[in-house]
Amino acid sequence: MMGFGPVAPEPDEPCFHAGWERRAFALTLAMGATGSWNIDASRHARETLPPLTYWSSSYYEIWLEGLVKLMGERGLVSADEVRAGKSIEPPRNVARVLKADMVAGVLAEGGPANRAAPAPPRFKAGDKIRTRNIHPRGHTRLPRYARDRAGEIVRVHGCHVFPDSSAHGKGDDPRWLYSVKFTARELWGHDTPDCVHIDLWESYLEAAS
Amino acid sequence: MPHDGHDHEGSELSPVALRVKALESLLVEKGYVDPAALDVLIETYETKVGPRNGARVVARAWSDRDFADWLRRDATAAIAALGYQGRQGEHMVSLFNTPQIHNMVVCTLCSCYPWPVLGLPPVWYKSPPYRSRAVLEPRAVLGDFGVKLPEDVEVRVWDSTAEVRYLVIPLRPAGTDGWSEERLAELVTRDSMIGTGLATAPS
Repeated sequence: MMGFGPVAPEPDEPCFHAGWERRAFALTLAMGATGSWNIDASRHARETLPPLTYWSSSYYEIWLEGLVKLMGERGLVSADEVRAGKSIEPPRNVARVLKADMVAGVLAEGGPANRAAPAPPRFKAGDKIRTRNIHPRGHTRLPRYARDRAGEIVRVHGCHVFPDSSAHGKGDDPRWLYSVKFTARELWGHDTPDCVHIDLWESYLEAAS
Repeated sequence: MPHDGHDHEGSELSPVALRVKALESLLVEKGYVDPAALDVLIETYETKVGPRNGARVVARAWSDRDFADWLRRDATAAIAALGYQGRQGEHMVSLFNTPQIHNMVVCTLCSCYPWPVLGLPPVWYKSPPYRSRAVLEPRAVLGDFGVKLPEDVEVRVWDSTAEVRYLVIPLRPAGTDGWSEERLAELVTRDSMIGTGLATAPS
């Protein structure tokens, strides 16, 4: 999509622009830490907000809407409870509640995405590939601007959780992940020496014919 | 740390601030979140984790060839050796700028950013103009940041579509021979580690 205007950096920008942004940020991370959803599901929830909502909301407004959506889908809260700001039904069980003394350890551990590989990688650095012309209805990480385009493998990152499956509760489904280089000429028809590298899973790619 | 759900101007909360306050009450009442944990999360990212971390990585890479080589081979391990690791930095890759190559990082799909070394991303990084234009017209975007590169320099844009996170290692400014790492780190701006800026030249 185009027509968004100039990039406008704010000098000495604060980390949060309002108190509510701090709380929305922390609530999102703390609820994520309950184990009720994974990061791919959380991205999918935000990215599938109604387009008008998405494009007219600030960043943390998107987080807030996504969080309410994720919790509602899993029955953790009801719409009435969100409106009232108080509990009406008994709480659901969650796998974990993040306590203050757990935070440093949980953040340091993070959420590594690498997994044991079910098969060897199909491609290696230097291989020429073409991205598939696919338009999944569900979650994907193949950007629209890079579908059906010729590229070259520059790096094999490893075998990673596959978001297209993981976001929909289908498990890790690990697949090989590559850094793939596309020239500006190939992507946009631009005559510059520039290129774009995109991290892409093996199932997005075909060997170039 | 004060339990701050209020905006600083005026005593009336905006609709969104009221919504968040109500949501926090609900989630605490449900027992899903611990308010003390919320405060630690906020304090961590507002005061403890930020671009000064990445600047130390860069200053070390400029000063120590072995560290720079390690950073090239296994950025995750090299960066962890300095104490920076974890959430949104589990799989690090370093991108060394050269006189011929300028690297720039974006997440067109959302806002992926290497939190352990740079903290939370600025608003411009997460906003539609940067996300849409960085891949399409990186030189024009650099122009918005006041950066002009020679035409024969190759601009490599990296779209962080997976959990791999990128840290740009900017060129070391001239006139800094013999500088301590601490002094060098002061030249390393956040934008230079995203690729929308250059390290500061010594005055």
